Amino acid sequence: MIVVENISVSAGEFVLSNISLKVSAGKYGVLMGKTGSGKTTILESILGLRDVTSGHIRLAGEEVTDLNPAVRGIGYVPQDGALFAHMSVRDHLAFALYVRHVDRKTIDERVHELSEMLHITSLLDRTPRGLSGGEKQRVALGRALSFQPRVLCLDEPLSALDTETRERMCELLSDVRKLTGVTTLHVTHNFDEADRLADCVFQLINGKIETSTTP
Amino acid sequence: MGSIDQREYGRRRSPESLRLSNTIFYAALSIIGGTYVLLIIAMLLADATFMVDETLHSVAQSPTPWQAALRENPVSTALADPKIRYSIWLSLISCTLAAVISLVVAVPMGYLLSRHQFPGKRLLDAVLDIPIVLPPLVVGLSLLILFQFPPFAWVNRTIVYQVPAVVIAQFSVACAFAVRTMKSTFDHIDPRCEQVAVTLGCSRAQAFGRVVLPEASRGMMTAFTLAWARALGEFGPLLIFAGATRMKTEVLSTSVFLEMNVGNIEGAVAVSLIMVTAAILVLVITRVWGVRDVTL
Repeated sequence: MIVVENISVSAGEFVLSNISLKVSAGKYGVLMGKTGSGKTTILESILGLRDVTSGHIRLAGEEVTDLNPAVRGIGYVPQDGALFAHMSVRDHLAFALYVRHVDRKTIDERVHELSEMLHITSLLDRTPRGLSGGEKQRVALGRALSFQPRVLCLDEPLSALDTETRERMCELLSDVRKLTGVTTLHVTHNFDEADRLADCVFQLINGKIETSTTP
Repeated sequence: MGSIDQREYGRRRSPESLRLSNTIFYAALSIIGGTYVLLIIAMLLADATFMVDETLHSVAQSPTPWQAALRENPVSTALADPKIRYSIWLSLISCTLAAVISLVVAVPMGYLLSRHQFPGKRLLDAVLDIPIVLPPLVVGLSLLILFQFPPFAWVNRTIVYQVPAVVIAQFSVACAFAVRTMKSTFDHIDPRCEQVAVTLGCSRAQAFGRVVLPEASRGMMTAFTLAWARALGEFGPLLIFAGATRMKTEVLSTSVFLEMNVGNIEGAVAVSLIMVTAAILVLVITRVWGVRDVTL
């Protein structure tokens, strides 16, 4: 469950105040708004990459407002993937597990499982250079899911993709959601993505959130 | 209702005059730029021609021309001189040491400057430019004066006019270039990657070591070679702070100066050519392995 309660964030001149939203456990929330409306700022606050000046953020019942991003346990897929240029796809999927001192055998099993789920088995030994946009996003998604986070945050993950690839990524995202049951917050400005994926939609208009729940 | 006047204002240039104007524009750019490139190449060619002339001269006077060409050309003569050999070794060792220390300082400094905002950052940035803009002799003199004051004065005898002074003088200028290069390298690495690494469970140090540093390796190579080349060319601070004592604090740039002082132009040119070769090697290494768009 993601609970954001009356948070205020400032990013330079830009200020957002009294923002609240709630995504119930296992649900898929989509946060929408125009470019520059502050969607990414809200996402960064949840991730802990940006300090909030007031309010509370709770993940699965735990207060994380002042917690370091490294211990919040959120899987993060940024807009352009932000893959690590020098690492193979396999290392991307294993990275979080190495950092968390998971044993070798479990890492191998997890990498195999993720690459099957995301259809990237044939890419495991390649580096990000030369991967297509869709492939990069699948690797970024795999890296974010690798440590089985309780929450997944996606920042316009499909915005740089062509229509056909976007279509397939949408299917993949809904499959992943069924398989993992991870609580997700997906930031986008695309209504189609919201229609296809969302359990609840949050519209950020003029610094205020309007919530609507889709059946 | 009056009709709208749709005539185009003014007069269009003729395609011929436009073509001529564009040709003149690019010709002017090429000539101005080309003159400088020609100057650089001409300088190197002059050195090489001088060398060839000297070699031919000794060949003409010798009964065994091929052996003379190999043994009596100014470079071989210079290489045979133990003083020059000492100077080459000291240059290689001191430049490498200065470049290594520069890199050790430049990596953290460049990272801090590139990623973090802190009070006094602009001032720090300006201070880092001082060794670049300061006249080299002043750097040397300032070092000399610094070592009159404690705690530096306590080690004055083992440093000033000794080999360590060579490395310190080279480092104090070369490091500024290395810092600039590393800052530019880190500026080009997407900070998102570190942020992702942090959300995956990394500490700041782990994100730096596992994600940022491997991506900065080319930039580190460039910083190292630039610092090395800068150290090799250092002369002013060395002369004042380390002296120009043969077989002690003599490096290649000092050798050129000392050879010129005793009127041995051939020797000076020969040592210069050795330095030109080293500089070209460094350039090739930087171009092949390093980052291309470093702005100093």
